[in-house]
Amino acid sequence: MLVGLEHYLILSTILFAIGLYGALSKRNAIVILMSIEIMLVAVSIALVAFSRYIVPLALTGQVFVIFIMVVAAAEAAVGLAIIIAIYRGYETIDATKINLMKW
Amino acid sequence: MGVAIAFWILAIVSVAAALAVVLLRDIFRAALALILCFLTIAGLYVTLSADFLAAVQVLIYVGAIAILIILAIMLTREVQRGGLSNKLQLPVVVVVVLLLGALIYTMVSTPWAVSTAMPLVPTTPILAGKLFGEGGFILVVEMAAVLLLVAILGAIVLVREK
Amino acid sequence: MPHQLLWLIFLLPLFSFIIISFVLRPFFNDKPQLGGYTTIAAIGGSFVISVFALFAVMANEGHALPVPDIEWVLIEGGLSIHLGLLVDSLTAVMLIVVTLVSLMVQIYSQGYMHGDPGYHRYFAFMSLFTASMLGLVLADNLVFMFVFWEGVGLCSYLLIGFWFHKPSAANAAKKAFIVTRLGDFGFLAGILALYFNTGTFDIAELHHLAITGAISGTILTWVAIGIFSGAVGKSAQFPLHVWLPDAMEGPTPVSALIHAATMVAAGVFLVARTFPLFAHSMEAMTTVAIIGGFTAIFAASIGLVMTDIKRVLAYSTISQLGYMMLGLGTGGVAIGIFHLFNHAFFKALLFLGAGSVNHATGTFDMRQMGGLRKVMPWTYATFVIASLSLAGVWPLAGFWSKDEILASSLESQPILFYLALITVFMTAFYMFRAIFMTFGGEYRGGAPEAHGHPHESPPVMVVPMVILAVLSVVSGFWNVGGQFDAFMGHGGGHGPGFFTVLTHPLPLLSLMVAILGIVLAYAVYSAKWLSAEKLRGMFGPLHTMLARKYWFDELYEDVFVRTSMLNGFFAGLQQFDTNVVDGTVNGVADGTIAGGRAVRQIQTGQLQLYGLFIGIGILAIILSVLFLG
Repeated sequence: MLVGLEHYLILSTILFAIGLYGALSKRNAIVILMSIEIMLVAVSIALVAFSRYIVPLALTGQVFVIFIMVVAAAEAAVGLAIIIAIYRGYETIDATKINLMKW
Repeated sequence: MGVAIAFWILAIVSVAAALAVVLLRDIFRAALALILCFLTIAGLYVTLSADFLAAVQVLIYVGAIAILIILAIMLTREVQRGGLSNKLQLPVVVVVVLLLGALIYTMVSTPWAVSTAMPLVPTTPILAGKLFGEGGFILVVEMAAVLLLVAILGAIVLVREK
Repeated sequence: MPHQLLWLIFLLPLFSFIIISFVLRPFFNDKPQLGGYTTIAAIGGSFVISVFALFAVMANEGHALPVPDIEWVLIEGGLSIHLGLLVDSLTAVMLIVVTLVSLMVQIYSQGYMHGDPGYHRYFAFMSLFTASMLGLVLADNLVFMFVFWEGVGLCSYLLIGFWFHKPSAANAAKKAFIVTRLGDFGFLAGILALYFNTGTFDIAELHHLAITGAISGTILTWVAIGIFSGAVGKSAQFPLHVWLPDAMEGPTPVSALIHAATMVAAGVFLVARTFPLFAHSMEAMTTVAIIGGFTAIFAASIGLVMTDIKRVLAYSTISQLGYMMLGLGTGGVAIGIFHLFNHAFFKALLFLGAGSVNHATGTFDMRQMGGLRKVMPWTYATFVIASLSLAGVWPLAGFWSKDEILASSLESQPILFYLALITVFMTAFYMFRAIFMTFGGEYRGGAPEAHGHPHESPPVMVVPMVILAVLSVVSGFWNVGGQFDAFMGHGGGHGPGFFTVLTHPLPLLSLMVAILGIVLAYAVYSAKWLSAEKLRGMFGPLHTMLARKYWFDELYEDVFVRTSMLNGFFAGLQQFDTNVVDGTVNGVADGTIAGGRAVRQIQTGQLQLYGLFIGIGILAIILSVLFLG
């Protein structure tokens, strides 16, 4: 069975959906953060696949992935710092109990 | 053929690992599953002839981000409460499944202009040219550097003891 | 003389106002006399130019000077308003009256207002007042005129309320402003109706349209009535006469100016200026004549019993303004304006005389005066001359113009003639009653707080009075040979003649009536053949009615203001305001709050819920693109 662009895209979509599910439905802030990382790599897969199958000589998609990694690293650093800061203040990282933005 | 077998193995493992991340009750195991997921994705990059990205994926995601997450888990000591869901689980599942269906439908039904050219290997010098060379992404590279600097400073400020 | 110089007539006093307000008052407050000199210089300059203008108009064939005008407002294809001057015989006469009387009053004020802390303010307002009146007289279109019309009203407000720390003065100023405002509303409505029907504000064009019959019938009548209602307010005609007696609260020179040359003359002038509109509507003419005739006798009857000398003069003014309206309504521009012209001098003189008396005694109450003939000979002499002129005694100025009004009213409305004739009698009576009470008999002490003996006023006050006294004698001679009528474009230019006038029955009759009034006043108040107390007892209810001014203040106060307005209309408005306006505002606010309270429930602070909604939104977009796009 020949593997083509669609396979990678569908894999990417499934991973993205799993990540989205985790990000929207989990209580633990660290799990939410991990889910977001999964979503980011899912998008990266799609970009590399596009780069490989549609413009194999340009590599633009791979360049974008490098930048996504930069963003993911920054996001992980800041996100985890926020989680630790919240944990200090609230003694919990349950996202449903953190409702500072409530009316 | 070998690539196809590799793809299927890697794809199945990565999806299983991703599911493990969001479903496992033990958050430390979830983090280990995340490392597995990152590794399989690095493998997928190899099947896509993106050798440099595969290496960077391992270095950054597995080496840095995953370690950072494990560190945070250790600091927050809520290891056993990873799998808990909030009240939105059912609507989230519905929305996610619908979104998944819509996206897959779109991707399958779109006539992609697939090129038959063989991919360039190795990619490292070409990517370097793209990033730093003439007419490349040097400005974005600079901005990424600033972003990282700001992120590091922000993280330090956030976790600093008062 | 280039005709552009005519602009200076009204600009000079305006500059004077600006200089006094923005230079002298802030920086030279320790030299108050500068303000007076500035005003006198400016108005003197205006007077000189006005004299030139008068001679130029006389020399000009059509009795009008062409003055280039300035475009003021121009809306393409629609409204076009020019700032322009209309200098014809009517304007020229009015310019002389206004500038001359104002000049005399300003000179007099130097003495009268001496030492007042508001000296600069006084002269600044007086300058503006004169400038507004001159602008009103010179304006060649109704919009321009209305601006100055309101300027005159504003200045009269400021000057009547000049001593605003006195509640009575502040209230009088308010009353004058509000009552005249009622009339101004009609004036404005008239102007707008006129523009709506003719598309022009220009007075000359309107004259032309009225004469050719382009506007006529009911519309013309209503426009004329509207304009006349403005004149009724400004000229204190019945039923809007109530403000003028209260306007006595201002400084007396202000009263002189208001009563002689500016404020009240504006109403008469307005009717004269728009006279062609009236002349082509029988109903409007009749209205003017009836209002004028009725006001004349109505106000004169109140004047019979007033004890405050300025109030006597005030009702006298209302009465004389009624005469002018009667003259306009029955005769024409020349007759009404001729009386205005003569009246300006002797009425200004009377007020200046009253001010002089007040200066000496510290009061306006005639019951506290008396015997001033000996100590104030100049004031006495000029006051008598003015009174004789006002009473219409041959050959003084008032005789000539009053006689013409009587003659024209006999021709058109005999009833009004009899009213006017009775008014002649009343006028003579109340004026000489005032003279005998003020100057005759023994001094009765003046104001309680006044100390020392009364004395003649300083020359700066006496000289203007003497000048005005001379004018009160001679100003009527202008029409002895019919020259004034001819100048105003009225009649064939043959006048009554200086001596031959006494051979006609009507002038003789009016002269006899006037003398009868003087004799009766002498009998009651000087020779005491008849006791004033007994007379009062005989006409008890009548006297009360007159002394209470026919209860008009009470009528307006209680019936209109309190019952209809405060408890009726305003209370209704307040209900409307509270329930509907506030209700709407509060309802919107309450609705917003309630809506916010309901809607904010979805702001749970749960970011994941927000993320879910974002996901739903993205899904909706994708689906819509898939199935609709």
